[in-house]
Amino acid sequence: MTTITRAPRAPSSLTAKQKLSRLDYKASPYLYIAPFFILFALIGVFPIAYTLNVSLYDWHLLKGQGDFVGLSNYASVLTDPFFWNAFRNTISIFLLSAIPQLIFATVIAAVLDQAIRARTFWRMSILLPYIVAPVAVAVIFAQVFNQYHGPIAGLLDALGLDPIRWSFDVLPSHVAIASMVNWRWTGYNALILLAAMQSIPRDVYESAALDGANKARRFWAITIPMIRPTLIFVVITSTIGGLQIFTEPKLFDGRTNGGGDRQFQTIVLYLYELAFPRRDFGRASATAWILFIIIILAGLINFAIARIVRTNEMRPTRIPRIGRAALSAPTRIGRRS
Amino acid sequence: MSALLDQPRIAPDEVQVERRTKRRATYEAPGFLTYALLAAFFLGSAFPLWWSFVIGSRQSSDTNLVPPAIAPGGNFLSNASKVFETVPFFQALLNSLIISGVITVSVVFFSTLAGYSFAKLKFRARNGLLLTVIATMAIPTQLGIIPLFMLMAQWQWIGTLQAVIVPGLVTAFGVFFMRQYLVDVIPDELIEAARMDGASMWGTFWHVALPAARPAMAVLALFTFMAAWTDFLWPLLVLGPTNPSVQTALASLSASGGQSPDNSLVLTGAVLSVIPLLILFIAAGKQLVAGIMQGAVKG
Repeated sequence: MTTITRAPRAPSSLTAKQKLSRLDYKASPYLYIAPFFILFALIGVFPIAYTLNVSLYDWHLLKGQGDFVGLSNYASVLTDPFFWNAFRNTISIFLLSAIPQLIFATVIAAVLDQAIRARTFWRMSILLPYIVAPVAVAVIFAQVFNQYHGPIAGLLDALGLDPIRWSFDVLPSHVAIASMVNWRWTGYNALILLAAMQSIPRDVYESAALDGANKARRFWAITIPMIRPTLIFVVITSTIGGLQIFTEPKLFDGRTNGGGDRQFQTIVLYLYELAFPRRDFGRASATAWILFIIIILAGLINFAIARIVRTNEMRPTRIPRIGRAALSAPTRIGRRS
Repeated sequence: MSALLDQPRIAPDEVQVERRTKRRATYEAPGFLTYALLAAFFLGSAFPLWWSFVIGSRQSSDTNLVPPAIAPGGNFLSNASKVFETVPFFQALLNSLIISGVITVSVVFFSTLAGYSFAKLKFRARNGLLLTVIATMAIPTQLGIIPLFMLMAQWQWIGTLQAVIVPGLVTAFGVFFMRQYLVDVIPDELIEAARMDGASMWGTFWHVALPAARPAMAVLALFTFMAAWTDFLWPLLVLGPTNPSVQTALASLSASGGQSPDNSLVLTGAVLSVIPLLILFIAAGKQLVAGIMQGAVKG
């Protein structure tokens, strides 16, 4: 195949144009990626890196840069009982949302992975909560879980049960906040898992059925092992998102930063309180980097668990994959970037 | 278990035959239970939103009725007009539209441009730079808010829309997403043919790559718009109460009543804030579902 540089038809009088064309050919690839890299350096890389610098100084929102203090901001955050309180709350809310969400999403996906009628309608119906912004979700659920006036309070009252102090007690407030996350994300994750289920070759199920495996057995022996990479993807993305939860606990009681006794203050809320109401940019930046490291560690732990599970029980399940590349790279990496 | 799963490898031909003849037999139509479950999921998804509308159209004291109120009342419009009096909601809608619109156009354009370059053009350091993009996708950029805030304060952008728009102009995810799509969808021969015909690099991008990229651009646009519309933390920091986005306006509405907020007013505001995306959902919900299922995932 002839390339433009050889250009046999071009007469010699066009060398200037040829040179230009050659420059065009060489420079364009860089010009096309340049806007992304320049902008991303400014709005993505620089802020994260500069956070490290700020975290090493006494730094006040209004007064600006103070003395260099080394790692003492980190030390004061890590010895602050409020930080560890926020850490516990974040993990608790994360577990209360991730585990039920994963179970329900898998069940919903399995129900949708059948020859149902009006398929698009049912798929859209479970995605409806996803279009409701976290602020609106928080506002709505703060009413649903209102201790005095909410529908759940009404129900408990009608049943003659004691009221639950949703916004005052630790565990009830975590349940309320986790249910906001669950409501918004379960359908979304179900669709991702559904895509994975649909990429399983139907022959596998059919031969299993012919061998006498019933529905439940097919689900545990075929579906679950074969969607495992996607399950791991869902777990990792919900970990990254869950550790950064802010809007829901912030607006569950908008007057406070995570409850009067910080009973549902999360790490990002702790960071927010340090940075803005208390104007301590140095310690807030240290918190940001600590959270960054926690997120990386959580990702590594996820990978390690996934590997252990795989090597222990899942060896002989190499089945040729056919059909759509529903599980190609963008699914696996990608969500909240 | 492993014996069961090994089956197709042992007798692939036999299975092929079975597939043709026994399809109906092994794939019975789902029964009543399936549809009952689907209906339950639908109710679970829709009820909180419907209930907000119902309370928003009634009065605050109806929130704790047992069973919960399910029929709307007649107060929705009067509550809605009260929302517009309490917070600058019209301004907020306009602001959110501008913010999300500009961010969407920018992200989609720059992602397509860079994604095309990574997918189809040859240059030194391409693989290394692409790896950089992939690595940066994993970085939670929201943790950089403190220097970003200092930057906005230094530029005196606090309270202005560009303070929200500029940090959203590009995403690493968008570049990677477009690259993954374009690498398969445009044959290399097509680009070479365009060059043989004397098209410039830009002409090739504009007339060959852009039309081919359209479906992926639409999906990326949809998700980018939704992410920008629903964002809260950053707008909360840089937009004041007089020039809010929809989300910050709704947050200040929910705090407006102090100790005794008007619940039905707040829920009316929540419903109003959802309406624009609800319209988008009705128009493009199918594409949203397809986008998530193909891995166009961005939260």
